[in-house]
Amino acid sequence: MEETKKTKKNKTETNGKSSMNGVKISQEKTAIPETDEGTILFNVPFPKELDERRLKDLENYGPIIIKQPYHIDYIHSYGQDSPFFAGLANKKLLGTECEECHSKFATPRLSCTECGSKCKWIEVPLKGKIHTFTVCYFGSEAFLKETPFVLALIEFSGFDTCFLTRIVGLDPDKPSLDWVGMDVKAKFVRNSKFSPTDVYFVPEER
Amino acid sequence: MRSVYVVAGGISKFAKARPDKTFPAIVKESYELLLEDLGIEPKQAFELIDGTVASYFSDHFLRQLKGATMVQDYLGLCPKPSHRVEGGGATGGLAFQEGWKSVASGNMDVCLVFGFETMSHVNTWKGNEFIALASDVSFDYPVGGFYTGYYAMMVVRHMQEFGTTPEQLAHVSVKNHANAFYNPYAQKREKLSVKDVRNSPMVAWPLTRRDVCVMSDGAACVLLASEAGLKRIEKACAKSFPKVKVSGIGRGTDAMRMADRPHKKVILLPHEKESDYKNLKYPGVHSFRAGRMASKQAYEMAKITDPLNEIDFIELHDAYTSSEIQTYEDMGLCKYGEGGQFAESGATFMPSVDYGLKLKQKTICPVNPSGGLIACGHPVGATGLMQGVFALWQLQGSIKKHFKDDKLQVKNAKRGIIHSHAGTGTYVSVSVLEKEM
Repeated sequence: MEETKKTKKNKTETNGKSSMNGVKISQEKTAIPETDEGTILFNVPFPKELDERRLKDLENYGPIIIKQPYHIDYIHSYGQDSPFFAGLANKKLLGTECEECHSKFATPRLSCTECGSKCKWIEVPLKGKIHTFTVCYFGSEAFLKETPFVLALIEFSGFDTCFLTRIVGLDPDKPSLDWVGMDVKAKFVRNSKFSPTDVYFVPEER
Repeated sequence: MRSVYVVAGGISKFAKARPDKTFPAIVKESYELLLEDLGIEPKQAFELIDGTVASYFSDHFLRQLKGATMVQDYLGLCPKPSHRVEGGGATGGLAFQEGWKSVASGNMDVCLVFGFETMSHVNTWKGNEFIALASDVSFDYPVGGFYTGYYAMMVVRHMQEFGTTPEQLAHVSVKNHANAFYNPYAQKREKLSVKDVRNSPMVAWPLTRRDVCVMSDGAACVLLASEAGLKRIEKACAKSFPKVKVSGIGRGTDAMRMADRPHKKVILLPHEKESDYKNLKYPGVHSFRAGRMASKQAYEMAKITDPLNEIDFIELHDAYTSSEIQTYEDMGLCKYGEGGQFAESGATFMPSVDYGLKLKQKTICPVNPSGGLIACGHPVGATGLMQGVFALWQLQGSIKKHFKDDKLQVKNAKRGIIHSHAGTGTYVSVSVLEKEM
């Protein structure tokens, strides 16, 4: 459960309320983790007779809260961006270049940010530098099980924009501003999922 | 364009969860406060109001489409005209401006703008997932996109470019939490130290839990009117209201993907020179072009040329402490790069509140006297309007009446700003409110 993961991976955690009799109490370690399983219920309290007073009392009836599951599978098309994903499955990193003003985009877009003109496909070098980063100790529900991970924007020589990716091989417990500017190189997964996570970056060995 | 006045406002109690009421009933709670302020019944309000604008961010939180229609109905305002505005975190600020447009254009004389969000219907991490969907779902979201992560990347770059420190960020958290202590509508009221903020659990480096705003269930509404509409209201309520005019409106946008932000030249405000920013690549991921654009437009319209000294207070969208620091710079309160030092200087603190800090500079322009999003909570669709309500009460001089304490009253407030911000700075709205003497 997410709660136990938090306690395991957060070495810097403390709580807002500090101590009782000088002993430091950690909020998370003295609470049972929450679940959203609920239970099956067949009835709730309700007055046996309904008179005017009991009908008025219903205005103070506490809320009934129920679980309502919902799931969607989308039929998502990558449209004109599809070649980028095909490239990832074939260990190529593709970007685009504006045919009018020649702005070069490390994250592909077929329409130019600067002038709105049409862009063409080009290759992006497999080596770059960390432009900025963070370490995600928490995340969207879908990604909680992958935390902690290092999220970064990579800059490439000759390109006007960056690329969002993850860095593997850096210690998530020791983030440092020194990581900005680090040389990194691209690696590709063997079994493509046609997701931008098919590519990731690692520190370049000296 | 006709003059538009902000006449009254109402808010519900912001809380982590409000299972006691469905969303239309929570909006009604805020509306009832507004009517109480006017001193009239809902039936009279129906006669007064020409139409409404609705503000809420995400259908996902309720799995209810067209929710605004249900609110219009619950407030007893059908069949009057309405439409719903969506713009991420800036939804409230944008809706406020849409209300302004409805009145300024002559389309309405009296317009009610209401906003709400109920985020407690999903667990926190699912909520974060929904919010993360407000980023490119093909390129950003799948990488583990998560809003606090995006903002953390921006502040790391800000630290790299300008030497901003996490302790300077913490000053913003200390300030806003301490201010909220005196605001009965705030969700969180805590007296914190810089150390408390830094020692909170790390969410995305270097942002800790206390650098980040909280999800909330809440609603807020404001009543806007033309000169004629104001006369109509005053007649119905048998009392007069201070004339708080909307004197400036501005908006800006930027690329959805942070990776796509350009590295070019600063959009200058009148008091800046190109030589101030010789080597700065702008906006990159360290600044919000949208915030600069919105401020520039609003200042032009309101004839503000020296923002720090010509504005009495700002209710600023501080979803993250770092965002407040970046925004000081975008709004021209200090130069790009000086935000960190400005944050700890004292210039934006309330003179009457004890923060437990040694501040070098006396108050010049309080930012988030109410406690901002960080302490009041961020029920997305309501936030921009909540700011409008607090700003109105500041300019009316009625903080004591509403907070039961005048500690947060900015003395002699004549001109204030409400600033609303979406995504990673993809939509920003800035509105200037001024008391007409």
